[in-house]
Amino acid sequence: MFKYILRRLLLVIPVLLGVSVVVFGIMFLTPGDPAVMMLGEAAPQAEVEALRARLGLDQPPHVQYVRWLGRMVQLDLGRSIRSSRPVTAEIGQRLLPTIELAVLATLLAVAVGVPLGVVSATRRNSIIDHVATVLAFVGLAMPVFWQGLMMIILFTVTLEWLPASGRFGGWQYYVMPVVTLGTSAIASITRMTRSTMLDTLTQDYVRTARSKGLRRQRVVYAHALRNALIPVITVVGLQFGGLLSGAVITETIFAWPGVGRLAVESINSRDMPVIQGVVMVFAVMYALVNLLTDVFYAYLDPRLRTRYS
Amino acid sequence: MATDRELTATVPVRSAPKRRSLGRLLTRNMRSVIGALVLVLIFASAIFADWLAPYPPNRQNLRNRLQPPSAEHILGTDNFGRDVLSRIIHGGRVSLSIGFISVGIALAIGGLMGLLAGFYGGTLDSVISGIVDVLLALPAFLLALAIVAALGPSIVNVMIAVGIANIPSFARIVRSAVLTVREMEYVAAAHAIGSRDGRVMARHVIPNALGPVIVQVSLSLAGAILAAAGLSFLGMGAQPPTAEWGSMLNAARPYIRDAQWTVTFPGLAIVVTVLALNLVGDGLRDALDPRRLQAE
Repeated sequence: MFKYILRRLLLVIPVLLGVSVVVFGIMFLTPGDPAVMMLGEAAPQAEVEALRARLGLDQPPHVQYVRWLGRMVQLDLGRSIRSSRPVTAEIGQRLLPTIELAVLATLLAVAVGVPLGVVSATRRNSIIDHVATVLAFVGLAMPVFWQGLMMIILFTVTLEWLPASGRFGGWQYYVMPVVTLGTSAIASITRMTRSTMLDTLTQDYVRTARSKGLRRQRVVYAHALRNALIPVITVVGLQFGGLLSGAVITETIFAWPGVGRLAVESINSRDMPVIQGVVMVFAVMYALVNLLTDVFYAYLDPRLRTRYS
Repeated sequence: MATDRELTATVPVRSAPKRRSLGRLLTRNMRSVIGALVLVLIFASAIFADWLAPYPPNRQNLRNRLQPPSAEHILGTDNFGRDVLSRIIHGGRVSLSIGFISVGIALAIGGLMGLLAGFYGGTLDSVISGIVDVLLALPAFLLALAIVAALGPSIVNVMIAVGIANIPSFARIVRSAVLTVREMEYVAAAHAIGSRDGRVMARHVIPNALGPVIVQVSLSLAGAILAAAGLSFLGMGAQPPTAEWGSMLNAARPYIRDAQWTVTFPGLAIVVTVLALNLVGDGLRDALDPRRLQAE
């Protein structure tokens, strides 16, 4: 198991290095001179040149990349052009709300999606199954931003039950952002659970369990569900990427003070160091969650574990 | 070609498994038929927008601002007094074009990468798979967002960004399809009679690897339309006064309390389009992959 984790951990490094090249490349190709942006259009040429030299912008790209990477590994992501504060401070301040939102949305998606998928599969073609299928299709087709706005119209404007923006002040502030962000994950997890449950319910060991005379409940939950959940876990991990993407929009709609909203704000003000930082932080988070998913997967599926030990 | 036929003729003909026609399988699946019909309507309204829309999409009438739905304006008017229905019909054009062009970009580049990686294997495969892994390490929408952030907001840049973000899924699917097809006897036979790689790919590998790619195209179209609308909603895609579903929603946000129709209907257009595409994609997947059908 340890060997497997170590192997998997080592595989993350080249991927993140690749991501850093992509992120640096994207920003390097961005039109506009960062030095001019920082000093303003009216700054004298000599001053711009001096700043360019100080920031290392007069060096060739690969030198700039290596220096940038070196600083990043030491958690120095530069300074925000907009606020002049270190990027790590800007992101650090916004990280907790985003993690909160993503974790709660994941929990909601699992808590709703797995039972709904199980019921759909065990009572195939029942009304519950049909309703769940329709809901899952609609949930996957609904854009996050539209769903958020519709919820504001219903719960804030019409019913006046829930606040439309902000985070501090109690659980009411969490309901709409978490539900909005979690909806498409609920839909995916429901569909995945349903289809893997249908697969496992036809397996020999399920038939054996049934023929032993075990109670239906026990067969479904102890035998079928445990095995059906393994692929579902992978989907949960992959959904996390979608949640990070969704967080950008959800946070913008509900004025949630997270990293996603920071990304939009810094794109609007062309604050490149912050954008680079946010994208790298999201990539690292995504990589870590996928790593955890794989480790959990290996823990649940002994066949994977033995292959590496 | 004669040699091709002679070769196959010497193989004893086994009774081929009953081939179900695509049409029949689709008909069995009512959901996808409904999806396909809705899709035809949406395409038609986008193509014939100039004739169908009751008003020009950008005609302002400031005395008629934020009017609720009425006989004159079926879906109401927006904050410039423009007809919402007309803007949705014209917006379909923009949203669908963005979807098709970005999926086209992804299919062309990702498909070629997958084809080369799967067909040749070895170092080329390792390099291409490495690139794909790196692109997959960023959630697709974030990658698109970062690219648009760098290129600047515009419809063309959204097409490029969403297209690049979709490259890895096409590369992966084409690669795995090609890996399966590559091992087939007819590919070995084609090599044996001296066909060049290009010919083998074009005549034998690509046609037989097409199934999963078609499914991916329809599902990616849905995803691309959602992503493009999301970028426009954030103000990074279509710019005013262009009618586009995502940017219409963005422009309508300040009026959410008083003019809910300006927010509701453009979003509904996105939901219906994406839903229809997903239903068709699902139906195609069932039709083209018999194993899934049996499992269901």
